[in-house]
Amino acid sequence: MTDTRPQTAAAAATVQGRLARFADSDLWWSFKNSKSAVGAATVLAFVIMTAFLAPVLAPQNPYDLAALELWNAELPPVWMQGGQMPFILGTDVQGRDILSGILYGTRISIFIGIASVAVSLAIGLLAGLAAGYYGGWVDNVLMRIGDVLLSIPIILAAILVSSVAQALLPPELREAGIAAVLVLAIALYSWVQYARVVRAQTMVERRKEYVQASRLVGTPGRRLMLKHILPNTLTPVFVAATLNFGLAILIEATLSFLGVGMPPNQPSLGTLIRVGNQYLFSGSWWIVLFPSVQLCILVVAVNMLGDWLRDALNPKLR
Amino acid sequence: MLAFLIKRTANAIFVMLSVSFIAFMIFRFVGDPVELMLNEQATQAQRDALRAKLGLDDPFIVQFTTFVKNAAQGDFGISFRNQQDVLAMIAERFPATFELVIAATLISLIVGIPLGVITAIHRQRWYAETLQFTSIIGISLPSFVVGIGLILIFSVWLGWFPAFGRGETVDLGWWSTGLLTSSGRMSIILPALSLSLFQITLVMRLVRAEMLEVLRTDFIKFARARGIPARAIHFRHALRNCLMPVVTMTAMQIGGLIAFALVTETVFQWPGMGLLFIQAVTFVDVPIMAGYLCIVALIFVTLNALVDITYAVIDPRLRGADK
Repeated sequence: MTDTRPQTAAAAATVQGRLARFADSDLWWSFKNSKSAVGAATVLAFVIMTAFLAPVLAPQNPYDLAALELWNAELPPVWMQGGQMPFILGTDVQGRDILSGILYGTRISIFIGIASVAVSLAIGLLAGLAAGYYGGWVDNVLMRIGDVLLSIPIILAAILVSSVAQALLPPELREAGIAAVLVLAIALYSWVQYARVVRAQTMVERRKEYVQASRLVGTPGRRLMLKHILPNTLTPVFVAATLNFGLAILIEATLSFLGVGMPPNQPSLGTLIRVGNQYLFSGSWWIVLFPSVQLCILVVAVNMLGDWLRDALNPKLR
Repeated sequence: MLAFLIKRTANAIFVMLSVSFIAFMIFRFVGDPVELMLNEQATQAQRDALRAKLGLDDPFIVQFTTFVKNAAQGDFGISFRNQQDVLAMIAERFPATFELVIAATLISLIVGIPLGVITAIHRQRWYAETLQFTSIIGISLPSFVVGIGLILIFSVWLGWFPAFGRGETVDLGWWSTGLLTSSGRMSIILPALSLSLFQITLVMRLVRAEMLEVLRTDFIKFARARGIPARAIHFRHALRNCLMPVVTMTAMQIGGLIAFALVTETVFQWPGMGLLFIQAVTFVDVPIMAGYLCIVALIFVTLNALVDITYAVIDPRLRGADK
């Protein structure tokens, strides 16, 4: 009881120290002075926050079929003739509130984006470290696998993995497993990029003195790779991960749009656009327009942030 | 040079073998082909006969070898859904996709190169910065959203262009083209635009980066000193030195565009290979999926290998690289 306090105080101090160090860093300075980075970060934070607060913010639970009323179907946005509160952005043909659908859909899109970046990072970092550190046949096998994967266009690979996996899944798992399948379909392709970056960096680091020194004192290979080499390879990986997060959201949306992604009862933004696209010619343009706008805002914000990060972390441009 | 050629070709063949292995695995393990090809009343004897005829009882490696042999001769089997030869079906759809991709590539070059030059020359002006900034948006916009947006604006609201299909086509025997009729030409504009938007931004950014490099070199300074007009320097001398990477990238991107066209084709119901593939995916028509995968990969791999080899022919330094 008595010694927890100094510990938490010490922890708080280090957190504060880290924050102070971050506030003093080049990165933060460059961020503060880039209008597009601050703008993109603000928009992104807003989109993510509203998406994760969807159950609180959304006027309606779009998954709850009992809450849907058919006489509310195809209402236009509230500022148009015939629009009604609380359906600010209008409703779809089942009387589902578009805004609520977008908030919940964004949550699914972001979740799949984060999960696939995490999975591909895990695979890519390990593969890259192993290939760069051990060299030889490990390197050859891993990099050849990567070559083959990259020689299939990404959209094709993702469609194949997703559709094949869905066909192979037993029907009772299909509903629950589909998000996982999508994550895998995206991650299976994008780990190669991280692996290549980390491999190249590891091959450079491996020859440096600090690695040789710690090998001399008997540090085991695995610890050496993860604790000492890996942190020195992370800067370019960080940039790639940000840009790939945007790409992952795009691919997931495309797959869902093509009908091999999230099903209509768990709609992501892509699914909402797919469904809305059917009503394009019936005059109900709001069903497709608003989810599309949200998807664009999300991806543009992520990519602008990634673009800024790439320039900010590039030592050549400093 | 010969060693490089052999290595590069071997690499391409290895990749194609791997792709056909993936195609084969899909073919073999997604659903039971016998169940999919016969109707429910088929007797056990019929099933066994078909099984033997398809070679499904052979050892794995024999089946794979047969698959590769057949695929190399263009035999991907028969579509489960409408019992036609897969290669014939894909070949029939190929012209539509090819014309779309070529149109998109041309648009991207015609629009992208001048934009790249302008943003490089007038780097500090507001319009150059605006263009550079909007190019991030161009890269981020999902192609199907662009397509839907174009349909919404130009077909639904303005009614200028048709929203789907290829218009009237003219059959040239082995090639059906939509470019000879006015309805065909009107139909290709929106899909080609939506497919090319990403490409335009890519070309623009590449040309800009290359131009900035070239404009710093001595021969440009010398040309300026000689009093050659700026326009001639920029477009005749500098731009010419930037075009090599643009050509390379365009060539390498064509394979990707053919694959990516499937999204555009779905949005515009364009009757190309990609739409065929997406429909096949919906009905789990495995031979078409496998055939399409192999053909697109073949185009992709061949183009990449050709680009690499051309580069090695031009630049000897690349031959020794540890590829």
